[in-house]
Amino acid sequence: MAKTFDVAVTGGGVVGLAILRRFAMAGLDCVLLERGNDILSGASKGNSALLHTGFDAPPGSLELACMQAGHAEYLAIRERLNLPLVRSGALVVAWSEAERDRLGAIIDQAHANGVADVRPVNPAELGRMEPNLSPGATGAVLVPGEHIIDPWSAPLAYAHQALAHGAEILRRAEVTGGEFAAGLWTLSSLAGTVRARLVINAAGNFGDRVETILRPSPFTIHPRRGQFVVFDKPAAHLVSAIILPVPTERTKGVVLFRTAFGNLAIGPTAEDVDEREVAATDTQTLNRLRERALAMLPALEGVGVNAVYAGLRPATQFKDYVIEAVVPERWITVAGIRSTGLTAALGIACHVEGLYARHFGELPSPPAPIWTPVPNLTEGLPRPYMQGGEIVCHCEWVTRAEIDAALAGPLAAGGLDGLKRRTRAMMGRCQGFNCAAHVEAIFREAQRGAP
Amino acid sequence: MERRDVVIVGGGPAGLSAALRLSQLGIGSVSVLEREPSAGGIPRHCGHLGFGWQSHRRIWTGPQFAARLRHDVEGLDVRTAHTVLGIDGDRLKVQNTDGVFELAAARILLATGTRETPRAPRFVGGTRPTGVMTTGALQAHVYLHHHKPFSRPVIIGSEWVAFSALLTCRHMGIRPVMMIEARDRISAPWPGGLAAGLLFGVRVRTRTRLVAISGRDQVDAVELECDGRTECISCDGVILSGEFVPEASLLANRPDAMLAGNVHGAVKTSGLCWREGREAAERIARGEA
Repeated sequence: MAKTFDVAVTGGGVVGLAILRRFAMAGLDCVLLERGNDILSGASKGNSALLHTGFDAPPGSLELACMQAGHAEYLAIRERLNLPLVRSGALVVAWSEAERDRLGAIIDQAHANGVADVRPVNPAELGRMEPNLSPGATGAVLVPGEHIIDPWSAPLAYAHQALAHGAEILRRAEVTGGEFAAGLWTLSSLAGTVRARLVINAAGNFGDRVETILRPSPFTIHPRRGQFVVFDKPAAHLVSAIILPVPTERTKGVVLFRTAFGNLAIGPTAEDVDEREVAATDTQTLNRLRERALAMLPALEGVGVNAVYAGLRPATQFKDYVIEAVVPERWITVAGIRSTGLTAALGIACHVEGLYARHFGELPSPPAPIWTPVPNLTEGLPRPYMQGGEIVCHCEWVTRAEIDAALAGPLAAGGLDGLKRRTRAMMGRCQGFNCAAHVEAIFREAQRGAP
Repeated sequence: MERRDVVIVGGGPAGLSAALRLSQLGIGSVSVLEREPSAGGIPRHCGHLGFGWQSHRRIWTGPQFAARLRHDVEGLDVRTAHTVLGIDGDRLKVQNTDGVFELAAARILLATGTRETPRAPRFVGGTRPTGVMTTGALQAHVYLHHHKPFSRPVIIGSEWVAFSALLTCRHMGIRPVMMIEARDRISAPWPGGLAAGLLFGVRVRTRTRLVAISGRDQVDAVELECDGRTECISCDGVILSGEFVPEASLLANRPDAMLAGNVHGAVKTSGLCWREGREAAERIARGEA
């Protein structure tokens, strides 16, 4: 008879993986089902890679609580997982009198949210802090605790730590149905049947569809698309802090930010779309983003664009996260985790663990944690090429050994996209002109050798 | 720290001809640093004829030309699998299999070549399926790895290199469905449109722009725009040809560095790059800046 898991998590995005990690580390038998050919192939693959303080989150919201817990836990565990942190801080910059008048309220809200170090910055000080920023800013707010992280290595590290604690991750395992009987869930998936005593639905852009296995979904996913433009590395030194706009009711707006990989990027837009599967870009929007970046940072003129991408954030009709336990059916819903998921994931996992303890019984006493540091891809920490080896991707200085490592083991890259995210091969200025054929040949060779 | 009289960055036609000429002129210590495992540059993966006339009065395939260039510099200090990470004044930071080291050079010649503009900076809309690549990447797939990445691509652009893409496709049994050019005439200085039609049976459309690419895993269509009308063409790949940009990132800290070949100016044939390398060597020998 097939194994019965304590917990089955649907969705291998940053939230699902953080939950898997938390429950596996607590000593439960866990499995995760991901519909894509790799983890992080949905909403989590395209975000702005920022670690937020929650200074602008709705006061008293679950989102704020999870973001702040997630921010703190990331800082606490990142060194043991070899995860990067660029302590850039953020500046909310006002570009008009009307926007300047709203800065006071932003500071008040930040202080109410417990982010006490947020303070005003006058245009003269702003000019000293960010000399390349276009003149014409009317004022700013400094948020020292906003940081830049690596959006893929962090969830990858959570996944590896979960595996080290005995969890299983099934890919190409879209959940197609489920039955609950005698306190036990039987989930049907494209990777076979999975039995578990509890289901945690963290299916992101497909959360409402998975929810119908349990009940008519109380929430509907309305994917919100965000497009981004990434500039070449010479642009990164043009700004120090993350440059945020004064937010509107609907969105945090378009952000200008350095990446942990040494680029400069702008995005995201916020466009309501019907598409859940793939996020498309459009020429007009990309042009507008570039113009917006140039308007804020005139010295960007002439710097090349390395990449463009789009992500889909799983918004619902509700402003806050939807996280609740359905006790009789042994099910926990984790939905509507929009743009703050990367920051909040560890906090969400902790909150979900609390729900479990309250409704489904105490967790076993956890074994000693096993730390699974991931390879560093960012500029702030040592990288493998510095020790020698054959460089395959010359734009991002990715070595053959890194590519081979990403194609081996229980969480080997499931596709070329996953390989890019794990290594950054083909992610630089030439976008594979020089190395794509070689990298893809290595990938095909590994696929042939795979079981 | 090791010191050299001249360090040439890039072992393609320009860099290798400069090294050869410097040795003929008796210039002291000269090193070529090439990041790929084999020198020869882009011609290494241009498997069709059309190389060697200006330099050797022969007509070879790209790999034959590259092999001849390597033969010409036998005995000289050509270090392959050496990546220059950065230049600071007269010092080069170099990576090889053993680690990172510094090399000092009295003169530095950059012959780092060029690359085609990939999809991202062109701001083409749509999804991001596989099967979208530059001609250079296609040639590496076909000639270096014997891989057929698609069978019915659309070719974007009509510079010389687009015809290299056609030849590469033919070599692999790939049948392009169309070649499109945004301007109102073919860019290549040649009766190119005629050649594309007559020699390859490929339809050429001018004043036509690529708007978007669709497909989930592999490309399934492109959206084109011509005179304000849009049209969908079914295909399984997109070859983005031309729109060359210099591989000039090493210029960041040495904007005054001496250049040869396609790292500067309009894109040139390998023969002209070879000649520029030779001329650069002569300028170095004469002590010119």
